[in-house]
Amino acid sequence: MRRKYTTLWRIIHTGIVNFIRNASLAIAAMAVMIVTLTIVLFSLIANATFANTINQITSKIDISVYLKDTVTPAQSSQLVAQLQKLPNTQSVTYLSKDQVLKNFIQQNANNQQLQSAADATSNPLPATIRIKPRDLNKINDIKAFLDKPAVTALESEPTSYNGSLKQAIDNITHATNVLREIGIIAVIVFAVVSALIIFNTIQMAIFNRRDEIQIMRLLGASTSYIRGPFIVESAIYGLLSAVISVLIVNSIFVAASSTLQATTFGLLDIGYAVTYFDHRFWKFLGMQLMVGILIGTVSSVIATRRYLKFKIK
Amino acid sequence: MILLDRVTKTYSKNLGTALDRISLHVEPKEFVIVVGQSGAGKTTLLRLLTREERPTSGKIIIGGIDYDKLKDKDIPLLRRKIGVVFQDFKLLPNKTVYENVAFALEIVGVSHKEIQHTVPKVLDIVNLTGKEKRMPQELSGGERQRVAIARAIVRQPKILIADEPTGNLDPKHAWDVIKVLEKINRYGTTVLLTTHNAEVVNKLKRRVVTIQNGRIASDRANASYAQE
Repeated sequence: MRRKYTTLWRIIHTGIVNFIRNASLAIAAMAVMIVTLTIVLFSLIANATFANTINQITSKIDISVYLKDTVTPAQSSQLVAQLQKLPNTQSVTYLSKDQVLKNFIQQNANNQQLQSAADATSNPLPATIRIKPRDLNKINDIKAFLDKPAVTALESEPTSYNGSLKQAIDNITHATNVLREIGIIAVIVFAVVSALIIFNTIQMAIFNRRDEIQIMRLLGASTSYIRGPFIVESAIYGLLSAVISVLIVNSIFVAASSTLQATTFGLLDIGYAVTYFDHRFWKFLGMQLMVGILIGTVSSVIATRRYLKFKIK
Repeated sequence: MILLDRVTKTYSKNLGTALDRISLHVEPKEFVIVVGQSGAGKTTLLRLLTREERPTSGKIIIGGIDYDKLKDKDIPLLRRKIGVVFQDFKLLPNKTVYENVAFALEIVGVSHKEIQHTVPKVLDIVNLTGKEKRMPQELSGGERQRVAIARAIVRQPKILIADEPTGNLDPKHAWDVIKVLEKINRYGTTVLLTTHNAEVVNKLKRRVVTIQNGRIASDRANASYAQE
């Protein structure tokens, strides 16, 4: 046990020493890795921020079904119950004619003319069912239900879908999806590139130390003892790159929130992004460490497997 | 200790056979000199013993280990039991004398304390006390070879294989190295030495195995050897 511990420590120690001696090669490997990890982190935060923006807008959207005055309370409550059963409805609220009028008067408290017009006639406003959808992209399910003849028979006017807002949300959703795809592709491309560069770096390190490796072999060093330091070395690339990428993102946010007076930048709500990042700082750091170390070790495991094979004729 | 039974090694058809049905038996604590011209097959023989190469046919058993049953992953374990010294020393240039010797122990997981205890003793055996902190390039060829010997014996192997250890040395330094090998042999290690230095062979008066064109031409105790 003690012997294993000693060996493990020697492998790690050698890995660290080699990392320092290999500094010039390490910089190239790490630069790409840092870019990769920074993109990963940025895409995650941007994604969450866009999702938040969409959520905020979505919560303001609802579908209004206007009922005929002839609809009985039994019919309307049956309709409400049916709507509640639909998978995509978040909430269904029934507003009677009186409630609608009250809301209308409240909303237009400053407009005397409208108020008097409403008072003069006997409540022209229809009883209304307000539906909040869960997912705007699946609004068609609700629409299909409302378009059934049995339901349209009860409606006084065509259903309102807050059309213009829906269009805006569609645009945002589309933009977010495109950005997310670009993010994923960028992450994959950079991850592959950095894996290849680490692969190359380790390969060069193996080549530079081939005499040493040969001597180690002849002295009876096990393959894992020879291989270990290379894997440790590239795990260090991952580790340092992860820390640096998190620090870069952190300092960008610090700079952004202190220099930019506005908290939003187009659709990107910087204020939200900063708090989102701050709240999850350690989680993100841990995630970056995991991704970085994974890329580092996997590529060096492959590199060493290829070039440190026992060759006995 | 070492047993070869009709060992043949063919690299390729064009090159012919490097070793042709070599049979050799070396007793424990024996000191055997293998002589032969360059290309006779001495180095191939040693590379088979250290399992850098496989025989084309034939059987090799060293220290009770049957090479036919040896798995690739167990080769490091085999090499830890055999000390090897090379003509070109194969020292690590960026490590001191002490570190080079300690390295052989480090890779097998010996504790720091044990290394501190063992290495000075071994350096004393090869008469290098006081030069622990020198770098290999600051030493003479003979001193370097003695560092290599120290590294080979520091794990107390039962067998020491020396492949032309005096090949790059002048006669005086060559003899220093040979004396160290004799000393190690007196302590109980089987020594297998290859050389084509007639003076060394004749001074040692040990068992001499002559290899010619891949075959054993002669195997005589207390023999002398006339250089071609």
